[in-house]
Amino acid sequence: MAKPIQLKDHLSDARTVQRRVVLAAVFMLALVAGLVARMYYLQVVQYEYHSTLSENNRVHVQPVPPPRGRIYDRNGIVLAENRPSFSLNITRERVTDLDTTFALLQSLLELSDEDVERSQRRLTQTRRRPFESVPVVFELSDEQIARIAVNQFRLPGVEVQASFVRHYPFAEHFAHAVGYVGRINEQEMARIDQVAYAGTHYIGKTGIERYYEDWLHGTVGYEEVETNARGRVLRVLKRIDPEPGRDLTLHLDSRLQAVAEHALGNRRGAVIAIEPETGGVLAYVSQPGFNPNLFVTGISYADYGALRDSLDQPLFNRVVRGLYPPGSTIKQMVALAGLDTGVVTRTSRVFDPGFYQLPNHSHKYRNWNRSGDGWVDMHLAIVRSNDTYFYDLAHKLGIDRLHDYMTRFGIGTRVSLDMHEEAAGLMPSREWKRNARRQPWYPGETLIAGIGQGYMLATPLQLAHSTALIANRGVWKRPRLLLHAEGMAPDESETPDNVHLRNDGDWDFIIAAMEAVMHGERGTARSAAQNAPYRMAGKTGTAQVVAIAQGEKYDSAALQERHRDHALFVGFAPVDDPKIAVAVMVENGESGGRVAAPVARQLFDAWLLPDQEPMSFTAETSQ
Amino acid sequence: MHRRQPFWQRIHVDPWLLLLILVLATVAGFVLYSASGRSTAMLYRQGAAFAVGLAVMLTIAQFQPRFMQRWTPLAYLGGLMLLVAVLVVGTEAKGAQRWLTIPGMMRFQPSEVMKLIMPMSVAWYLGRRTLPPSFKYVFISLLIIGLPVLLILKQPDLGTSLLIGASGVFALLLAGLRWRYILGALVALVPAALAMWFFVLHGYQKRRVLTFLNPESDPLGAGWNIIQSKAAIGSGGIYGKGWLQGTQSHLDFLPEGHTDFIIAVLAEEFGLVGVCLLICVYLLVIARGLYITLQAQDSFSKLLAGSITLTFFVYVFVNIGMVSGLLPVVGVPLPLISYGGTSLVTLLSGFGILMSIHTHRKWMPQG
Repeated sequence: MAKPIQLKDHLSDARTVQRRVVLAAVFMLALVAGLVARMYYLQVVQYEYHSTLSENNRVHVQPVPPPRGRIYDRNGIVLAENRPSFSLNITRERVTDLDTTFALLQSLLELSDEDVERSQRRLTQTRRRPFESVPVVFELSDEQIARIAVNQFRLPGVEVQASFVRHYPFAEHFAHAVGYVGRINEQEMARIDQVAYAGTHYIGKTGIERYYEDWLHGTVGYEEVETNARGRVLRVLKRIDPEPGRDLTLHLDSRLQAVAEHALGNRRGAVIAIEPETGGVLAYVSQPGFNPNLFVTGISYADYGALRDSLDQPLFNRVVRGLYPPGSTIKQMVALAGLDTGVVTRTSRVFDPGFYQLPNHSHKYRNWNRSGDGWVDMHLAIVRSNDTYFYDLAHKLGIDRLHDYMTRFGIGTRVSLDMHEEAAGLMPSREWKRNARRQPWYPGETLIAGIGQGYMLATPLQLAHSTALIANRGVWKRPRLLLHAEGMAPDESETPDNVHLRNDGDWDFIIAAMEAVMHGERGTARSAAQNAPYRMAGKTGTAQVVAIAQGEKYDSAALQERHRDHALFVGFAPVDDPKIAVAVMVENGESGGRVAAPVARQLFDAWLLPDQEPMSFTAETSQ
Repeated sequence: MHRRQPFWQRIHVDPWLLLLILVLATVAGFVLYSASGRSTAMLYRQGAAFAVGLAVMLTIAQFQPRFMQRWTPLAYLGGLMLLVAVLVVGTEAKGAQRWLTIPGMMRFQPSEVMKLIMPMSVAWYLGRRTLPPSFKYVFISLLIIGLPVLLILKQPDLGTSLLIGASGVFALLLAGLRWRYILGALVALVPAALAMWFFVLHGYQKRRVLTFLNPESDPLGAGWNIIQSKAAIGSGGIYGKGWLQGTQSHLDFLPEGHTDFIIAVLAEEFGLVGVCLLICVYLLVIARGLYITLQAQDSFSKLLAGSITLTFFVYVFVNIGMVSGLLPVVGVPLPLISYGGTSLVTLLSGFGILMSIHTHRKWMPQG
């Protein structure tokens, strides 16, 4: 690089640096004088103060955990509350010998070996600041408290403390929707703000409890206390109160929930009801449920094993994680895609001999009605749930357009606003098959996709949502559980685009066909709509069960029953002003029209007819 | 034919610095033993790290300053690339991405190496130019300083980026940065900070800054340590409670008693007298560093030695200031005393550079 030749004056440079070094030295001495002065102030001027604190074994900052927000249904009925409970806390630094202490506790409280082992694990697993006590045994009885009090002198570092423990008064009825809290585990420990959770031992694990953890948790407070060497608090020097977590009010209606569970009876399945106008979830049933209270302070091995290994899978959230072939419950959307793309018109007809064949192929794709329905137009095809018509329509649409439209209705995407565990389901496409199966897309696969079988998988939530979307004539409202959190609403920033049709009248046409499913002479769900004082729209479906999706144990009698088709139904009412949209899935229920639709009818009646007998759960009362 | 050199000069060791380092290491041994709850294992580990650090220091001292000068630009570019690599493929721990994991070897923190490269780079750039630097040179120096600082800030590691930035700025200040620039920068800082505060920072970031400035407002987090360390220091009084007699520190009240907050243990057990003696030893180290700076024969060496010395002082000052509640809490260890191998090796490497500058003087070509 060429640059002008410059004579460097080393002497002058050296002098420059020298002046600065002297300056720096002066500066540093001044700062050190400051440090020494500070030390003098702390160690000489404030010596008395600090040594007194030190003598009394010292200032102690204790976190005060905030009370967790409660959860209510839309009528103000409590779904999750905080119940006072006495727990046994241990402060490790003050325990002289842990083993003897635990041995003594075991005999005093009549704990089993497993209880002791769990308590010891709690003590070692929990991250804590020094001198923070950890609850290890919960829900002490009066007698246990008394025994500890009597033996207190033999138990340094052990104390009985009143604290709040999460309680779910309706036990299994809202377990899947509300979720539950449990002890903070290692993974969560790494994720959470250690300061915000100081003194808190629980965190939302599933459902609403997890999704709105930040709002429910609140802000930690603290106390500056003086303690003596034995850990007794002498006085509180300063206290900042914690800020309680927000109370949440959900869209859920416990009465409707009770109706839904009652209608489902003892069967396994899922029911979800959505208010189309808001997307609010009115009922959320995944049956069987489980008692979330077991999880709060730590579930025993035996209890957990029973839940985990049950063939009925009570821990499995069927509403948002159950992946089922949607079957015929998507036909109305396929029909809308056909009209909107112009590949068929409302009046174009297909002849159904009981099966469908691709041109130049010998394979016969069967209609469920083996004898065939003869000439079928779109209206009749929906009313009769005619497979042949939809094979033909799917073939004309092709998988790409089918995928495009179904995705716009939310199939194969996560639709919920605040349901943490939601599975996306699967709306197959060429690209998906290339990536997942390393195979090209075959034309026959388009046909079975057209009747909601094959690779396609949807959750009951997605089916309820797509039905609400039709009731809304294309307006997207993401399904949500939260109504409000003391005035705060859930964040709605990412709502997908509404579904716009080229001809708005197509909505009315399809809804009319769904209405005829319920009220028409040949409708597949007409028996469920008998004597209704309002008009409803619906669509039945069945989903083939090829293998047991999640079954683990082998039980031939039970297995046979579990090979039967799942019964599906989606619908909304009233037709002219939709107030409720419902998806019902009854596992191995076989007939959507006969088994699933009546469940929906009961929900419609309960929600729309004012003089219905109110139904409710009995809450587990607090002890 | 060279004149026969004194022994120390032939092995390129500055005996004064070595002596002071050994004194500090001995103090460290006693305090660590007490702070760690009489853990000999910890003492051995720290001893091993110290041995490694000494070896690195002696090795570095063998290289001529001219050699370092020649490789500085390359080292700077390499350092930048490592910092970028940290952001791309770095290992995350406690929410910050600061380490590179070399397969089969240890984790390694590139910002640590930058602590040495930074003063070298600014010294390299300014050393070949007429001092005091013109506006253009100042501007380019600031670019040299700013790039790695921003990269480390992104990790995020506020404390380290500030310290590394400071080591570069020190070289600039020693080079005779004109007062009007210094004043200008200070004046410009105020509106810039205000604008950031009102228009850029989010609520939670502001809260973080406030806690940083006033840790006592966050008694469960940063402030917790401060409250406890003040009690430990204060209860030490003039003469201290005696070695291994500190109660505050031994009851685990101080969560970082053996690392960043070790001075609190020393202050509790050895009192004001102990703290003052320690500060005296540090001042002697700094005095020796400044003497080496004045004796250095070219601008590069002067700026480098001065910057290393001033940065050393900042470590001492910031650490003691933070533990005694004068300054915000930043993760700065007490040089040569705190437990931890990495910072020890980096510090001793810096002393190696000082020794090299001092003992290679006679061979430097004049002019």
